[in-house]
Amino acid sequence: MALLDVSDLSVVFQRRGEPPFTAVDGVSFSVEPGQTVGLVGESGCGKSVTSLAIMGLLPRRGAVVTGSVRFEGAELLSLSARQMRDRRGRDLGMVFQDPLSSLNPVIAIGLQVTEVLERHRGMPRRQAMVEAADLLDKVGIPDPRRRLDEYPHQLSGGMRQRALIAMALACRPRLLIADEPTTALDVTIQAQILALLAELVRDTGTALIMITHDLGVVAGLCDEVNVLYGGRVVERARRHELFRRPRHPYTHGLLASIPRLDAPRGERLVPIRGSVADNIPWDHGCAFAPRCPNALGTCVEVTPQMDEEDGRLLRCHNPVQENQEVPA
Amino acid sequence: MSGSVSRSGSRPPTLGGRKERLDALAATAADGPGDAGVSLAASAWRRLRRNPVFLLGAAIIVLFVVVALLSPWLAAHDPTARLLEGQVSRARNEIPAAQEGFPLGGDQVGRDLLSRLLVGSQQTLMVGVFATVIGLAGGLLLGTVAGALGGWVDSLVMRVVDVMLSIPSLLLAFSIGALFPSPSQFTVILAVATVQIPIFARLLRGSMLAQRGSDHVLAARALGVRPRAIVFRHMLPNSLGPVIVQATLVLAVAIIDAAALSFLGLGNPDDSIPEWGQMLGGAQNVIDSHPNLAFWPAGCIIIVALGFTLVGESLRDALDPKNRR
Amino acid sequence: MLRYTLRRLLQLVGVVLVLSMLIFGWLRALPGGPVSALLGERGTEEARRELTAQLGLDQPIFVQYGKFLGRALSGDFGASTGVQPGDSAIEIFLQRFPATVELSVVAIVLAVLFGIPLGYLAARRRGGWLDNLGVVGSLVGVAVPVFFLAFLLKYLFAVQLGWLPASGRQTGGLDATRVTGFFVLDGLLTREWDAAADALAHLVLPAMALATIPFAVIFRITRAAVLDVLDEDYVRTAESKGLTTSVIRRRHVLRNAMLPVVTTIGLQTGALLAGAVLTEKVFAFPGLGEALALGFERRDYPVLQLMIIMAAMVYVLVNLVVDLSYAVIDPRVRTR
Repeated sequence: MALLDVSDLSVVFQRRGEPPFTAVDGVSFSVEPGQTVGLVGESGCGKSVTSLAIMGLLPRRGAVVTGSVRFEGAELLSLSARQMRDRRGRDLGMVFQDPLSSLNPVIAIGLQVTEVLERHRGMPRRQAMVEAADLLDKVGIPDPRRRLDEYPHQLSGGMRQRALIAMALACRPRLLIADEPTTALDVTIQAQILALLAELVRDTGTALIMITHDLGVVAGLCDEVNVLYGGRVVERARRHELFRRPRHPYTHGLLASIPRLDAPRGERLVPIRGSVADNIPWDHGCAFAPRCPNALGTCVEVTPQMDEEDGRLLRCHNPVQENQEVPA
Repeated sequence: MSGSVSRSGSRPPTLGGRKERLDALAATAADGPGDAGVSLAASAWRRLRRNPVFLLGAAIIVLFVVVALLSPWLAAHDPTARLLEGQVSRARNEIPAAQEGFPLGGDQVGRDLLSRLLVGSQQTLMVGVFATVIGLAGGLLLGTVAGALGGWVDSLVMRVVDVMLSIPSLLLAFSIGALFPSPSQFTVILAVATVQIPIFARLLRGSMLAQRGSDHVLAARALGVRPRAIVFRHMLPNSLGPVIVQATLVLAVAIIDAAALSFLGLGNPDDSIPEWGQMLGGAQNVIDSHPNLAFWPAGCIIIVALGFTLVGESLRDALDPKNRR
Repeated sequence: MLRYTLRRLLQLVGVVLVLSMLIFGWLRALPGGPVSALLGERGTEEARRELTAQLGLDQPIFVQYGKFLGRALSGDFGASTGVQPGDSAIEIFLQRFPATVELSVVAIVLAVLFGIPLGYLAARRRGGWLDNLGVVGSLVGVAVPVFFLAFLLKYLFAVQLGWLPASGRQTGGLDATRVTGFFVLDGLLTREWDAAADALAHLVLPAMALATIPFAVIFRITRAAVLDVLDEDYVRTAESKGLTTSVIRRRHVLRNAMLPVVTTIGLQTGALLAGAVLTEKVFAFPGLGEALALGFERRDYPVLQLMIIMAAMVYVLVNLVVDLSYAVIDPRVRTR
């Protein structure tokens, strides 16, 4: 049985006086125990909202969540707020993008770690402090005992993210969701944090959902990758399959727009035209069609369905062929 | 503007935040570079038009101004004529009650209360507007000079401003009012206005300082724009938002403060030309027996002050980049 | 921390110095100068000359300022000319100080006790009836002239209903022992319960009037601060840890939201004296405010200058306390 089974998950935001806005549109994927799964896409593609929906962190008012999120067989979406609260931090942990704003500025790091231990493992404060120092040590924070009494502003960006990871993993959750955990960090620190996540996941057997816009992050970490566009999964494949042979023109475009050191001299970077801003919903044809170099007449008329072909899922009328040169 | 865009950009994606970012982005793009002030005003106006708080406040202000302008024709009687003097009895503590032609009755000396309220709006409007304009002009001068010259002038001006700000403003207004042995409408305006000078000066200088390091000013300097042109063409227009907000709020404060001065005997003793604050202050001796003499002018002051406050607060919200939604 | 405190105290000295210059200038700016101000209309030419010499007004201006400063430092601000003619200004100040402190403390406690919880609840239930009522109420509260509100309370609860006394600090003829000058405290210390209750009853209406504006401001700042904090990432982090709502509210929301609120409380406390001038006059409450009101009315400059200097000093001191308490709540200030 899968650890997490998300099926047909949709999130619609409704604001008074504004038309409803569909952020996530029937997303399905699953995560096996210990597996690392990537959710990839540009900002606004629905990847963060998907993760918040899984965590039950969307506002109760204004966001309508439908579909199903099963964790170890139990339906999370039908849990009460209180039941979900018992699970968050214990069964599912989450790490956010900006480590500075994600830490409470007026509370010492120590308390921010121990409060999870007190809440879910019923540890007394003193014992929790010992455990917290141990956790900080595990995530590679030097001199952890001293750090317990320090405040977020006294830590470097990388240290802050390490502390957040320590908090998320404090109760050894079976699933960790990392939402762009390296985007706000320096490049050298990014690599360290990714290595740390990979190591922790391997050592603890925690499953990881990695949310990123950066295929480079995915390349080093994920077993399976879901590419999202306009709130829907457009391609899903094993990591190697995806990188070796991207089929969806969007995936192809994402890969082509990454600078590579090993690219032949003179090869141009190929950007994806336009931005998510001018996307159109999925009701009439493919949402990516206006930006797609492969677009056909049918693409703007018939909404493509998800098809399975050689072990991968693909939502495209005219996928990229092997060795095809995609015009920019 | 550039600040607000980059701020929302650096923040992690908030729920539904994408639309806001796009709005902000679209607004800057639509107006082209260098016209950030216009787009800010335009997007603020778009939000204000649908804000019931702003509309209510604006309606009150419009009504107030219209009444003030038309009051000579609206008033049924001469506000200075003691038409009901015969019904006033100091000994028996009697003041003319409401009657045919005098729907609110008369005041302590038998003048028509309604006519005095209507005509009083003129002076009240004048007190508010003049106090705000003088305070703004003084603050503009001080703030700009200090900000532009910098150095010891800046330090000195700001030290004095800080000290003036360290006295509760109403107390300062009383102190200035008490300077004049024979108060008049003019001294009331002066007292209320002077208090606003340090507030405006501080506001302007703060906003100038904040802009000095901002991208658009740096860009202008890099392009070799002369300092004076930077101050007048780039910095001042961008400070307009907070200044307008403050000025609107000051209009309310000025009217209330003027009433407080009258209450302390620091107001205009000549009550032939009525003013609401003066009417309210003058009613204090008869308030226990004839509260209506205080209630009517007080009600007018409260409603008008509320109108200016509502507009000022909704303007503040609309211009705050944090509230772009 | 100690150095910070010392530096701030030094700043206070600077403020008072500049303030003394302003007040000195203020007195000089009086039409006809301080002589006319002191003697009024009735001064003869001879009396004027005499007072001019006596006040040293024939000397160079910096000498005059030096003397003014010297006298001020020794607490000599001259004798009252209008409030309590003949009494020294400092005497009047000391005698009335406890009354105003008592009134201000009750007022600010009322404002904080109602402002913070209601502001918090309004933010939690944004758009609910309490929120709307509170926002409208706080906007109206700021638009009402304080003295009119005082009149309204007095008219309703003292004149019409007769529930509470209309004026003064304590019922005349009540046999109360004076210890500290704080009447409520005195009553409690001497176990004269009736005296304490009577003094408290006299405080209720003026304190309510005085508390209105601070309440309205504290309510609105609390509400805005809580709304801001609820949107913060670290609250979402706390939620993602599955913490109980009470821990999230107490530890993560309230603590951060209190930062701007503390500043506001300080500013409002420092500004209370202005409101006290109006409120104490309405209720004939014999405190500093009433002395100031009388001073303004009767142009009693010795009393006024002392009171204004004291008001500014209190204001700056209160803000110092606020900044120090800020450092207690916010480690970013403390460890800088």
